[in-house]
Amino acid sequence: MTEYVSTTTGLFPLPDWAKDDLSDLKGHQKHDLISGDEGGEITAAYEEAREEVIDVQREAGLDRVVEGQLRWDDMLAHPLAVHDAVETHGIVRYYDNNNFYREPVVTDDLDFSGDVASELEATTELVDDDLQAVLPGPYSLAELATDEHYGDEVEFLGAVADFLAGELEAFPAHETLYLLEPSLVEDAPGDGLDERASEAIDRVANATDADVVVQPYWGALEEKVYAHLLDADIDAVGFDFVANQEDNLYNVQEYGATDDVSLGLVDGQSTLVEDADAVRDRVDWVTERVPVSEFETIYLTTNTETFYLPYAKYEEKLAVLADAAELAEVKAA
Amino acid sequence: MTTNENKDQFRPTDHENDHFLLTTVVGSYPKPKWLNRAKELYEDPDHGFDEDDYREAKDDAARLITNEHERAGLDVVVDGEMRRNEMVEFFAHRIEGYEFNGPVKVWGHNYFDKPSVVTDVEYDESWLVDEYEFTAAATDRPVKVPITGPYTLASWSFNEAYEDDAELAYDLADLVNEEIEKLVEAGARYIQIDEPALATTPDDHAIVGEALEHIVADIPEDVRIGLHVCYGDYSRIYPEILEFPVDEFDLELANGDYDQLDVFKDPEFTKDLALGVTDVHVGEAESVEQIERNILKGLEVVPPEQLVLSPDCGVKLLDREVAYGKMANMVEAARNVEAKLDAGEIDVERGAPTPADD
Repeated sequence: MTEYVSTTTGLFPLPDWAKDDLSDLKGHQKHDLISGDEGGEITAAYEEAREEVIDVQREAGLDRVVEGQLRWDDMLAHPLAVHDAVETHGIVRYYDNNNFYREPVVTDDLDFSGDVASELEATTELVDDDLQAVLPGPYSLAELATDEHYGDEVEFLGAVADFLAGELEAFPAHETLYLLEPSLVEDAPGDGLDERASEAIDRVANATDADVVVQPYWGALEEKVYAHLLDADIDAVGFDFVANQEDNLYNVQEYGATDDVSLGLVDGQSTLVEDADAVRDRVDWVTERVPVSEFETIYLTTNTETFYLPYAKYEEKLAVLADAAELAEVKAA
Repeated sequence: MTTNENKDQFRPTDHENDHFLLTTVVGSYPKPKWLNRAKELYEDPDHGFDEDDYREAKDDAARLITNEHERAGLDVVVDGEMRRNEMVEFFAHRIEGYEFNGPVKVWGHNYFDKPSVVTDVEYDESWLVDEYEFTAAATDRPVKVPITGPYTLASWSFNEAYEDDAELAYDLADLVNEEIEKLVEAGARYIQIDEPALATTPDDHAIVGEALEHIVADIPEDVRIGLHVCYGDYSRIYPEILEFPVDEFDLELANGDYDQLDVFKDPEFTKDLALGVTDVHVGEAESVEQIERNILKGLEVVPPEQLVLSPDCGVKLLDREVAYGKMANMVEAARNVEAKLDAGEIDVERGAPTPADD
């Protein structure tokens, strides 16, 4: 019987009070963004905000709880933006959004940082055994950065994968790992690189005992990219069914899928709050159309990160996901 | 010298040179610190500074900045958008169909109250007529009215009500058209549509073009309509934008040191070019000589009668004295170049892209 797991892709919006407080504490300019060695009042504000978003997930009834990545000023580029071997240059556009991050320029060996691990360590005190870690996938992280050290695209991708694997090994125990890979859709790897991208994901996935979900978004993967991704040693592949239904379905129909899947059914970039029944119906709509008799686990999630949303809408979206998973569970039983 | 009636209607009667390079601004200008302080007092429920007091402060600021534009010597002035908070929020508050759910991140700790369109948009109260009438009464110079364009209003909102953003943009364009009609009735002759969102999604230029058709419907020909676009890859929208029903394109080019100038040389630039001649991301005023060199870049694209000068973009993030210095130097540079053109001292080859020889 399929298990339905409600979760999110992390990267939450800051609670409104924390937006104000941290604006005042840190400032508004490029050089005011998170450095990785902040302390004092800034750390305290983030800790309080972290507790709050963990409570929100608990109250919503989500099956997996994430740290929320409220410190990630540079969104998915964060792990590099705070790295010692990386300089941050100008503000650049974050995919096709009206959002911007500091361009991370890698100037030295990407050795161990521990930044994300320490966030998760702080989180373990607040969660039970349902902790979910979230990281950028190696391909997306490499695509978001500029390499001035390794000098070769494939070598750089490998270095980023090794870096992420090293970070992951320092993580506290976690039930699930989400690797967010929007660049696999937005800047699809061409011939050869698609296979390297899959190998890089494999390298990262092997650094944890947790179930690994790879979530591409803002559309569907190109066929070859999808086929290569299935070769990686991952537990679930994710689909953005908000942005594209047809091509995602086609991929599953044509190439099959992992035993577990992650369905991005709730729109992380729209304030229109979905109805839990409608989300459950869309799960059925998907499962009825694919040639898989039964998935072992279906993760229900937003299609993208949720920092795009006003805080109250983000809270509502989490509740919808939890309710939808529960409805699906009841119906399946 | 050929004439350009649409542009020449803004030529000052006592203009000193035969040539006329119209100088203006994109719109926003640094708010005086006391205006921000006044806003805080107004928003503080424990303080007696009330709505009338805050309106008075905004009136004073609008007069002050309009006057500052005059002092800088600008031919066409704006009130520096003293009454506006943010380019989408300001309009969304005035349009039926929008609701606000709280701030969202743009970058770092910079947020804006990104509104949601929850029902069909409708025209309710006038957006800018009061602002225009106030500014026009505060100066003898022509006043330009910047309006956030429908494509940007649609793209930078959550869309809960429309099938797609294009449909929303067209409906918003009809409202912009209605507002422009009222502005024209009130005497406005120079409207600038701001579409920064086009830079994010240049492939949508056809939607912007279609929206502009809605915007200019039944607007008299002699009303000058400009389109401001900034920080994008212009090769992806040129020459298609030449088909847009506008008189002028206001383009950011100084920031990239005119590295995209050649884009506009072929095919021939058939509209007026409002060239960005000072970089709003540089925290000091460029010298008059530097700006003169920048103006010559514009003459590589259009003849003097089609050239208008402005900063790259709104200058609101600069220190006020730096902003003023850029305006004043721009005007001085414009007059110098005009005099040199009059004297036949300027010889710029126009049209053909210059070969990369440096």
